[in-house]
Amino acid sequence: MNAAKTREKVAFIVLGLITLLVVIPILLTILYVVKNGAGAISWGFLTESPRNGMKEGGIFPAIVGTIILIIGTMLFSLPLGILSAIYLVEYAKDNLFTRLIKLSVVNLSGIPSIVYGLFGFTLFVVFLHFGTSILAGSLTLAIMSLPVIITATKEALESVPFSFREISLSLGASRWQTVRYCVLPYAIPGILTGTVLSLSRAAGETAPILFTVAAFYLPRLPRSVFDQVMALPYHLYVISTQVPNMPLKLSFATGLVLIALVFLMNLVSIILRAHYRKKKQW
Amino acid sequence: MHKKISEYIIETCIKLSGLIVILFVVSIFLFLLKDSLSLFGVYSVRDFLFGKNWLPISEPPKFGLIPLFLGSLYVTIGAIAICVPLGVGSAMYIAEVAPSYLKHVLKSLVEILAAIPSVVLGFIGIVWMGPFLRKALHLNTGMCGLTGSLLLAFMALPTVISISEDAVIGVPKTFKEAAFGLGATRWQALWRIVLPSASSGIIAAVMLGIGRVIGETMVVMMVTGNSPVIPTSLLQPLRTMTATIAGEMGETVSGSEHYFALFAVGLILFIITFIINFIADICLRRARK
Repeated sequence: MNAAKTREKVAFIVLGLITLLVVIPILLTILYVVKNGAGAISWGFLTESPRNGMKEGGIFPAIVGTIILIIGTMLFSLPLGILSAIYLVEYAKDNLFTRLIKLSVVNLSGIPSIVYGLFGFTLFVVFLHFGTSILAGSLTLAIMSLPVIITATKEALESVPFSFREISLSLGASRWQTVRYCVLPYAIPGILTGTVLSLSRAAGETAPILFTVAAFYLPRLPRSVFDQVMALPYHLYVISTQVPNMPLKLSFATGLVLIALVFLMNLVSIILRAHYRKKKQW
Repeated sequence: MHKKISEYIIETCIKLSGLIVILFVVSIFLFLLKDSLSLFGVYSVRDFLFGKNWLPISEPPKFGLIPLFLGSLYVTIGAIAICVPLGVGSAMYIAEVAPSYLKHVLKSLVEILAAIPSVVLGFIGIVWMGPFLRKALHLNTGMCGLTGSLLLAFMALPTVISISEDAVIGVPKTFKEAAFGLGATRWQALWRIVLPSASSGIIAAVMLGIGRVIGETMVVMMVTGNSPVIPTSLLQPLRTMTATIAGEMGETVSGSEHYFALFAVGLILFIITFIINFIADICLRRARK
């Protein structure tokens, strides 16, 4: 018996060490970027355009570009994602069509981001003549973030107790009225959490925007949805691989701003979740 | 009456949106297929699939997939070999061993890792990990398959950890209790009872991890050295399928053979990830039962 106890102790210590091996690099990565990047962040860095072959100045156009892309992505993916999740949870019967939708969602979530980039390029940029533009980039990112939004919305809808629907229907409400007034309001927090999370992923993606929207160097703000924009992830890629003698400080600072933006969005989703969880009453 | 019409419209939209999701997958496949077929009109499928040289700008150009496929395969095997033991081990620790306050801290840290954009990890690979490995292992260059594998393993960890953790937690408590009743220690119950019962879920975690690694683009493009030759070890520069598309698309002339060849590579990637995700989905559904 003692031998078994000792073995248990050893095994748990090994598992603990493995976990440390996972956790420590995460902390080190964040610290490394913060330590090397924080010094270069200033008001000017955040609000000025890059100068002198991007070796000086700030990253303002890239920040604005990324925010525009986040908003564009949301405009397309949010309605479509929520509606199709409502279909799956509230309307769908268990038939071939429904199974095909579910299979499609699973499949969409696994498609590599660069394949989305190719698809966005050939469909939106070339076939539909949008050109490399905000419109093409947002649509590409929107399709990519659909599966996460659908899955999150589905879970949120499914977590609303079934009795809510029964009561509403028994009072003579139609199916849409039931969904609209008795299910959706209670699912909103879950939907928001999932949406913000998926948008934060989209904000950090580089491959899908490579050929659909990202501009190498464009120190002005876009005038229409058919303009190109700079974007933070692509800008970091460019300055760390294509610009010789780039001051590392600025690359680190760009990485830090990107991480901060993504974390901020994650934080918003965590706060939303915590806030609504407290209010939940069933 | 007005209400009825608006209701009809919204319900139609709901049904249509389900259809649109299917349409997206189908049209992604068809668009990739259309452009790939343009290549196969002038370049044989056989030479593409089994060709040993990827020389897109030589005369005549060669579009052999093998070096790129092996590049992806090597990097993926390396990443998964590192990622799976670490991921499943820490999932076991988080699910079964850690006290609850620690559990929350660990899970948040894993979520933080999931949020770091891949381009940032690629950048860290260039400025730190590549040079570090070059010195530590006395390599000619730090921009090699191993650097890619390590970073990709790191990136795939959140996927592997969270899905294996769900699988471990999903094993009915009664299984463990029965083992304890027979005098098993917590470790014996975990190793001999819980882990085998969670195996479907863990296989799904591994499959999804593979899908994530094989499809990752920016990290491999930035750190693996971009050399489209048949790799013999992880310690030399190589190039994956994803990095080839991302790196060469900008240089091609729209409508050229080279352009279509990149879509054919995309089609292969699409098919591979389709199969991987399909298997993972089956495993997940089995795990839920």
